[in-house]
Amino acid sequence: MLHIPLWKRIVIGGLCALGLLTALPNAFYARAERHNDAVVAAERAGFETEAQAADRALWPSWLPSAIVNLGLDLRGGAHLLAEVQVADVYKARMDALWPEMRRALAEARGEIGGIRRAPSDPSELRIQIEKPEAMAKAVEVARGLASPVVTLTGVGQSDLEVTAEGNELIIRLSEAERAATDDRTMQQSLEIIRRRVDEVGTREPTIQREGADRILIQVPGIGSASELKDLIGTTAQLTFQPVVGRGTDGSAIAKPGQEILPSLDEQGVFYTLEDTPVVTGEELTDARPDFDQNGRPAVSFRFNPTGARKFGDYTAANVGQLFAIVLDNEVISAPRINQHIPGGSGIITGNFTVETSTQLAVLLRAGALPAKMNFLEERTIGPELGQDSIDAGRIAAAVGFVAVVALMIASYGLFGVFATIALTINMAMIFGILSSIGATLTLPGIAGIVLTIGMAVDANVLVFERIREELRTAKGAARAIELGYEKAMSAIIDANITTFITALILFFLGSGPVKGFAVTLVVGLVTSVFTAIYVTRVMVAAWFDRKRPKSITV
Amino acid sequence: MAFRLKLVPEKTNIDFFRWQAVTFWGSIALVLAAIVLTIVMGLNFGIDFRGGTTIRTESTQAVDVGAYRAAVAPLNLGDVSITEVFDPTFREDQHVAMLRIQAQEGDEAITPEVIAKVEAALQGVDPSITFLSVESVGPKVSGELIRTAILSVLAGTAAICFYIWLRFEWQFAVGAVVALVHDIALTIGIFSLFQLKFDLTIIAALLTILGYSINDTVVVFDRLRENLIKYKTTPLRDLCNLSVNETLSRTVMTSGTTLIALIALLVFGGDVIRGFVFAMTWGVIVGTYSSVYVAKNVILMLGVKRDWGKKDDGPAGTQFANVK
Repeated sequence: MLHIPLWKRIVIGGLCALGLLTALPNAFYARAERHNDAVVAAERAGFETEAQAADRALWPSWLPSAIVNLGLDLRGGAHLLAEVQVADVYKARMDALWPEMRRALAEARGEIGGIRRAPSDPSELRIQIEKPEAMAKAVEVARGLASPVVTLTGVGQSDLEVTAEGNELIIRLSEAERAATDDRTMQQSLEIIRRRVDEVGTREPTIQREGADRILIQVPGIGSASELKDLIGTTAQLTFQPVVGRGTDGSAIAKPGQEILPSLDEQGVFYTLEDTPVVTGEELTDARPDFDQNGRPAVSFRFNPTGARKFGDYTAANVGQLFAIVLDNEVISAPRINQHIPGGSGIITGNFTVETSTQLAVLLRAGALPAKMNFLEERTIGPELGQDSIDAGRIAAAVGFVAVVALMIASYGLFGVFATIALTINMAMIFGILSSIGATLTLPGIAGIVLTIGMAVDANVLVFERIREELRTAKGAARAIELGYEKAMSAIIDANITTFITALILFFLGSGPVKGFAVTLVVGLVTSVFTAIYVTRVMVAAWFDRKRPKSITV
Repeated sequence: MAFRLKLVPEKTNIDFFRWQAVTFWGSIALVLAAIVLTIVMGLNFGIDFRGGTTIRTESTQAVDVGAYRAAVAPLNLGDVSITEVFDPTFREDQHVAMLRIQAQEGDEAITPEVIAKVEAALQGVDPSITFLSVESVGPKVSGELIRTAILSVLAGTAAICFYIWLRFEWQFAVGAVVALVHDIALTIGIFSLFQLKFDLTIIAALLTILGYSINDTVVVFDRLRENLIKYKTTPLRDLCNLSVNETLSRTVMTSGTTLIALIALLVFGGDVIRGFVFAMTWGVIVGTYSSVYVAKNVILMLGVKRDWGKKDDGPAGTQFANVK
């Protein structure tokens, strides 16, 4: 009567074995971790050092080696939530559009008269024209510069929105173009942050987009959030601009087409520069820490061919002039051009230390961030705190486990032992699944596992209590067991689905540690239902088949 | 017969609804008291919801809160609260304190310079001090976190209500939801009463309580549904009583094992998650109570459809009971 088909028993047994096997590396966490790190490092480098080979040998390669990722709150590290100022890019676009627009409008000078850029919101371009009656013509000229947006949804729409207000022509990015630009800005920012963080080479950083304009960055093992911020927070916009003059008045108003920027090293010195750069950092192919002829730290760089040509042409035509190297709106240095520099490479000197020159080289190599970032959330967690939490969680789990097992065996005897075995398999399966899906274990996640120890036996309790009840109506032991499983099923299913619903909501709405909790809760529910319904049943059936007891006591 | 620990006798016949009025109105009074308390005393929101910065320090020397305060005061950071943390799992020479600095005017997250200044000031008082964690949340994010938190609790309640309505009858759904509101209100109430720190993890605990409490409620409901089919003429009140009695042993057992696990965490799990575990422990107790007294009381008041024998007369949840 308690017969379970062989194939079912094999599947159940196989799943349990798989769970135990995938959980195994977690029991030897440090070994498996060194093995994995060595494999990854060797793969990245393309060759294997002796130390890496020794680390790799710590764990047999034929065994699964995936381990549970520890969350920041357990391992220590830094967490940043950055908001990308996507509107910055609109301004850059408008500034780049102005010379083009000026040229186009100048061609129609006869009709619309003189033009002048009027002050405006940074995300738009306002142009005053001399003859407002010819506005229609001006709008037409401006529209001629627009091009269609290329996105999946916005095909056919123009990228510029041109309107007129009195004698002013107003040019903005269209809605579709803004969306497309924002998306590009985010992609670019993500990519650059990833490159910058990878250069430092820490283990498994999390860099992901959150919502429309946010980026979540989690780097385990880094000293502090401010260190991480220094690395990724600078835009590193490098430009080379002609110098018009040098002075000490920072509040002077720049003429159109010029800007006044402070010097990085010299206190109170300001440079007046032409605001259109000759070459920008985007045209760099390489940047590396170096030393100048006096042995002071410096950064050497090389341009790509177009950059090299522009740089060469400019230096040839402007020997004797000052040429400013500008990083993030500060003049690093403004050397005099002594001769034509044809090779397309150069060196940036300044008040560098070896660290700052190395960092600048990293930033230049990774490329400039397209927009500034605001940091909405910063968290630094020290590694000691995480270790304390792991230790505490481990003790709590052990104590909870032993106490629950004692209560189960005292209450249900042999059936309690079955439940204990199922609970052990359950724990192993949780770790096995968490490792296999690459989930992250957080402190609330540990709490979730301990909670699962308590709640996982619920399904067993439901079944055992039911068997007890059925035994009282005396239909024979086998029938009672069968009925017990059958009748407890609907309560088990309903009870677990409702918990499952809340766990899903937690997963989709929660963030960080809370999400980690939801994941362990969901995994724990699935494994506990599986072990309670199938695993104990196989054990009970096997025991019953062998012993054939006339009467049983649950 | 082998020895078995029986927390509940084999056959119980407790009249759970003898004090129906007392338990019902008592529960309502408690919920109202919790709500009033929360409004009057407010909640001790953590930085997740209020913005600001917390710094956790550890030192081998005893914490002198006064000296810490004096050291930080000249920095003009506005409201700074300093508390010493005690925990049985700490070593003899492990002295932990938490500093909470209010969100700074005009800034999103706190600047590294300010943190450096605070750290330098504290190191001036106690050279052996180390900083275990520094967390800073800007007002923009904290506002959103509050909205998401409220939304997730509401969504959780609604989804459970909908599922119960599908699987049972609308009276059960109402009973379940009233029980859930009861559990959440009492949990928030106790956090307000003791001014415990209320942060994101507590929201996670609230949702877990929802799950646990409904789990308990559903098991009793399931038995009630079974008994409603089995005994067609027995008064509803007696059936409720019977169902609770029949499932009592399981309720005690499961609550027992869950509480054991939670108490192990509460004692040994460290102070970082103590608030979270406390909320769940309290929730399990309240949830067990509410599934017997609150949910059942509501069903008793609403009445329930009794012609379960005639099956398949339309999809579940479309029939309404004769309210007695």
